[in-house]
Amino acid sequence: MIFGLPVISVAIWLPILFGILVLATGDDKNAPLARLLALGGSVLGFAVTLPLYTEFNTSTSSMQFVELHDWISRFNIHYYLGVDGISMLFILLNSFFTVIVVIAGWRVIEKRVSQYMAAFLVMSGIVNGVFAALDAILFYVFWEAMLIPMFIIIGVWGGPNRIYATMKFFLYTLLGSLLMLVALIYLYNITGGSFSILDFHKVAIPMTAQILIFIAFFFAFAVKVPMFPVHTWLPDAHVEAPTGGSVVLAAIMLKVGAYGFLRFSMPITPDASHKLAGVMIALSLIAIVYIGLVALMQSDMKKLVAYSSISHMGFVTLGLFIFNAYGMEGALLQMLSHGFVAGALFLCIGVLYDRMHSRKIADYGGVVNRMPVFAAFFMLFAMANSGLPGTSAFVGEFMVLMGAIKVNFWYAFAAASTLIFGAAYTLWMYKRVIFGKVVNHHVEELTDINAREILIMAILAVFVLGMGIYPLPVGEILHASVNDLLVHVAQSKLPL
Amino acid sequence: MNLMANLLPAAAEIFLLVMVCFILIFDLLLKKSKIYTYLLVQFTLLGCSLITVGTHERGVFYAFNGMFVDDLLSDVLKMLSYLGMSMVLVYSRQYLLLRGLFTGEFLVLALFALLGMNVMISANHFLTLYLGLELLSLSLYAMVALQRDSAIATEAAMKYFVLGALASGLLLYGMSMLYGATGSLELGAISNAIHQGVQNKALLAFGLVFIVSGLAFKLGVVPFHMWVPDVYHGAPTAMTLLIGSVPKLAAFAFVVRILVEGLQGLSNDWTGMLIVLAIASMALGNLSAIAQTNIKRMFAYSTITHMGFMLLGLISGGIEGYGSAMFYTVVYMIMSLGGFGMIMMLSRAGFEADTLNDFKGLNQRSPWLAFMMMLLMLSMAGIPPTVGFYAKFSVLNAIVQAGYTWLAVIAVLFSLIGAFYYLRIIKLMYFDAPESHVPIVVESDTGLLMTINGLGVLFLGLMPGTLMSICAVSVRQSLLLH
Repeated sequence: MIFGLPVISVAIWLPILFGILVLATGDDKNAPLARLLALGGSVLGFAVTLPLYTEFNTSTSSMQFVELHDWISRFNIHYYLGVDGISMLFILLNSFFTVIVVIAGWRVIEKRVSQYMAAFLVMSGIVNGVFAALDAILFYVFWEAMLIPMFIIIGVWGGPNRIYATMKFFLYTLLGSLLMLVALIYLYNITGGSFSILDFHKVAIPMTAQILIFIAFFFAFAVKVPMFPVHTWLPDAHVEAPTGGSVVLAAIMLKVGAYGFLRFSMPITPDASHKLAGVMIALSLIAIVYIGLVALMQSDMKKLVAYSSISHMGFVTLGLFIFNAYGMEGALLQMLSHGFVAGALFLCIGVLYDRMHSRKIADYGGVVNRMPVFAAFFMLFAMANSGLPGTSAFVGEFMVLMGAIKVNFWYAFAAASTLIFGAAYTLWMYKRVIFGKVVNHHVEELTDINAREILIMAILAVFVLGMGIYPLPVGEILHASVNDLLVHVAQSKLPL
Repeated sequence: MNLMANLLPAAAEIFLLVMVCFILIFDLLLKKSKIYTYLLVQFTLLGCSLITVGTHERGVFYAFNGMFVDDLLSDVLKMLSYLGMSMVLVYSRQYLLLRGLFTGEFLVLALFALLGMNVMISANHFLTLYLGLELLSLSLYAMVALQRDSAIATEAAMKYFVLGALASGLLLYGMSMLYGATGSLELGAISNAIHQGVQNKALLAFGLVFIVSGLAFKLGVVPFHMWVPDVYHGAPTAMTLLIGSVPKLAAFAFVVRILVEGLQGLSNDWTGMLIVLAIASMALGNLSAIAQTNIKRMFAYSTITHMGFMLLGLISGGIEGYGSAMFYTVVYMIMSLGGFGMIMMLSRAGFEADTLNDFKGLNQRSPWLAFMMMLLMLSMAGIPPTVGFYAKFSVLNAIVQAGYTWLAVIAVLFSLIGAFYYLRIIKLMYFDAPESHVPIVVESDTGLLMTINGLGVLFLGLMPGTLMSICAVSVRQSLLLH
């Protein structure tokens, strides 16, 4: 409670409330009003999450800002919210990106503006709920509800093949979620009637059940991450989504899956996690190496960044399942960093797409001659994507590699290949798009980014560099919770 | 005194019957407009609900020598039936007016159907059960056939009648066998006889098979589902709405009274049968619904699926199981009222909005209706934060608690398939361009009701606790006391 207000509840419901208000402005006659309201809502929504950071106690691993109320007493379901070092930063990240997305869609979205803005605001609130929920059913409700706005965003404002992509996105993720629901209900029954996630962490579970629960969770979370081989929805969704949709997908949605592994799979089924860690590591390495190679071959910029996201998320899951502090903190830093970097790259591609209406690398060339400021920003983010020291991506990847080398040299060896592939596909794309001679008259007519776009890029650049040069403030927040989680995961939960 | 003790539990039914007879004559005297008849019918529903609340007492009361029972379960289901019937009439008024079907006969038949449902809900004896069922079914057959000049409606009525009669025959045959085996037609006595042991096990088993088949026919679950798509499709939408919504409550009561109150001792036998019915319904219903282009037919297959899902609750048994099955049925009624109501709101004189394409671009024609429909579809697909999720959740919870986790996994996998065709409606409404630009005329009363219906699905999804508890409590107070 800050100033007598339940911070987390406000962070969840304020954006949703603004979303409804924006929706109420009606059709495109009132578009300017809708934009202003959306901006106000998103900035306010971000502002109310700041106390989470400033008032955060880094010395404890227990839940903070806890809110606990009865909700559905018949099933002992509570409205139970709280954050620890793992979830708090993602709430900030999410609220921050909502502001970015609203600004990015300012002029670009022309049809059904109010619905577009409202969808993002509502989703922002729901995603905050996902990260803050400590009751499994509350979590599930937010988790599923998150799909609805995204489904509409891709389906209405997406590219030509949007219907296929959005259906695939929805059904893929729903499959995983439904299996998770059965697992949650099973856990409810063996804990003797509690849906509290913290109670799930404590309950003893036999090995067979642990493995089945782990698999159910795996389907839910691996689809969202996405891990190889359930990643195929992501390139489709990214390519068809509007810029804002891609940014939120990359920056926020993918993190939800990894967060699920941290909050559910590992602490609830530690023995199964250890037993199946080999599989998880193998899948992560396949994602890093194989998907990295796939990214090399893409001719579509968005697809390239989408595959690069999968490859980078492979680092995250690798970091989680090697079970040491370096790996886990590295994974978390990588998640945050990837949010900024991939989000920024999608915005860069969006900038080009708004002007040229093409995502094909072959349609570009020599852009630097017409858009020098843009080229500079794009360069920074491309470098960050290839893991250059000094950018945020380096910190996370380096820590995961450190953790991996402690476990097995060959894990680290395979994972380190990303430093080469990542640089290869990102910089090769950059070279083909930005450098060289001006290839056609469309490029000839390009105009450089305007003040609004510079503002967005500059903010993101500050974060990317800031986290790369001085990651300590972020690391501090993670320490206590990560150490506690590692201790927890090291203990067997098999019944005696 | 003795007379009052018999009459009081059935006061609402008696009032209803008196009012139906009165309305039948009253309507004859009215020349043109049926609006007064309509208002009188709505008033009757209000009166019934006041009587049901007024005569409610805690406990279980038997009347007419154990033929009739008045308990919390029956009172709750009756209240919901009045509410559902009232909503049916509001939704269908304009639709029927435009088609010249808004006649006294329709209203009277609707009330007779309601009386039949009430009797089914409160029955404690095979004869009463059968009586209520036939009163309901005959009214429905007649209502489907009400549109005399429509070949497809007549065909639907014919099919409905023939297959319905067959199902009634199966039920009666089963009942006679149980009578032969146990020597009674009263549910309590049958239950006792089974617990004490019956000589002729084979007769009992055969009787049970016939009963379950008959029930499956009435519920419309696979493989006894053939009538459902044809009737839903062929009947005028207002009749489809009636058939597809409120009677499900009575059917639930019917099944629970027979299987749980009467044949609890044979639950090991009927559980296995219901598992087969449930899996087959979820599989066939979901897979067939994908292929439909007519939305009424699609809803018909979706009904089959939902009834299969509801059976899972009965399979799990116990308060948890029956309570969840009841909750599921109630939620299903609310959703299907909205779904069919929407079809009627989009229809106009001479035009039926009953194909999927009629929903194309609804968001551009009427954003509010599209939003309501989206909520209803998400609820049918069982996606939070709508109430359909909690219906699925409570059934899944019951089934996991009963130890059938594998059945829960099968159920969720099929509901994934189900999600596809509900999403397709959302896709049509939001992502596609409209095929026609004829303005949608919404009467204020139906518009308001649709708003309440749609937002209700959302509100109940945010605050499902009360309705869940009502269902659980009424099952607990009514089923375990004897």
